[in-house]
Amino acid sequence: MKNVGSVLAAYMIGWGVFFLYFVSVARRTADLRKDVRRLKETLTRGK
Amino acid sequence: MKTKLIGAAAVVILLSASAYGAFFLAPNELTMGFVQRIFYLHAPCGMTALAAFMVCFVGNLGYLFKREAKWDWLGVASAEVGLAFCTVVLLTGPIWAKPAWGVYWAWDARLTSTLVLWLLYLSYLILRTMVDDPDRRALISAFYGVFIFLDVPLVYGSIWWWRTQHPQPVVFTSGGMDPVMRKIFNLSWLSLTALMILLIRQRYELEEVRAEAQTLAQEAEAA
Repeated sequence: MKNVGSVLAAYMIGWGVFFLYFVSVARRTADLRKDVRRLKETLTRGK
Repeated sequence: MKTKLIGAAAVVILLSASAYGAFFLAPNELTMGFVQRIFYLHAPCGMTALAAFMVCFVGNLGYLFKREAKWDWLGVASAEVGLAFCTVVLLTGPIWAKPAWGVYWAWDARLTSTLVLWLLYLSYLILRTMVDDPDRRALISAFYGVFIFLDVPLVYGSIWWWRTQHPQPVVFTSGGMDPVMRKIFNLSWLSLTALMILLIRQRYELEEVRAEAQTLAQEAEAA
């Protein structure tokens, strides 16, 4: 079972990259949705 | 929302099953031993990255022919996802290379062309941040995207065309892999392809929301 650490590290890094990317896209989308809601409110108040 | 959650859960289950297979079911490779199991993550990630860049190429061509924003959104979504997969390839490769070759990195054709590919798609994304007008940005990046796609066949063919330190192809050749290894490899490939589709869809949605926000901001400015 030599190099178990290397295999574990590779999987941790790989999954870590995907998880962080997934979270980053979800966060950016959520921020934009907030902007959309705020803009819609501003436009409705302006009418 | 419910469909999205089911999709995400299916991807997590597939990824967990493929990791279980790689760690506990795959036989030990004779020369490299346990470390060869990185192959079940590294190689399918590479193939999935190339597939994502292919989708990006389709998006770029689609924009050049149709001039519709949705093609541009597909282009940027798949370029970013492809870059994430390519990053994993470039990070896991050296972890495998050190025990197998004795060095983390070798400037051979496959490794170098993959690094160039990563840099090219990074520059594609940086380029997009430098142009404010959405139509101009989409057009410039579509042209650039079609041009940089030329490196994709180069990466794929590098181990066939040149003598490299990188292992020779075993996936698209007959008899190159033990049947159990092949099953686990195919499961990994399937799970990473499903992840790629999920991520592209999520990133595409971000572009849709961004476009809506831009339209509303213009309306608010005009009002």
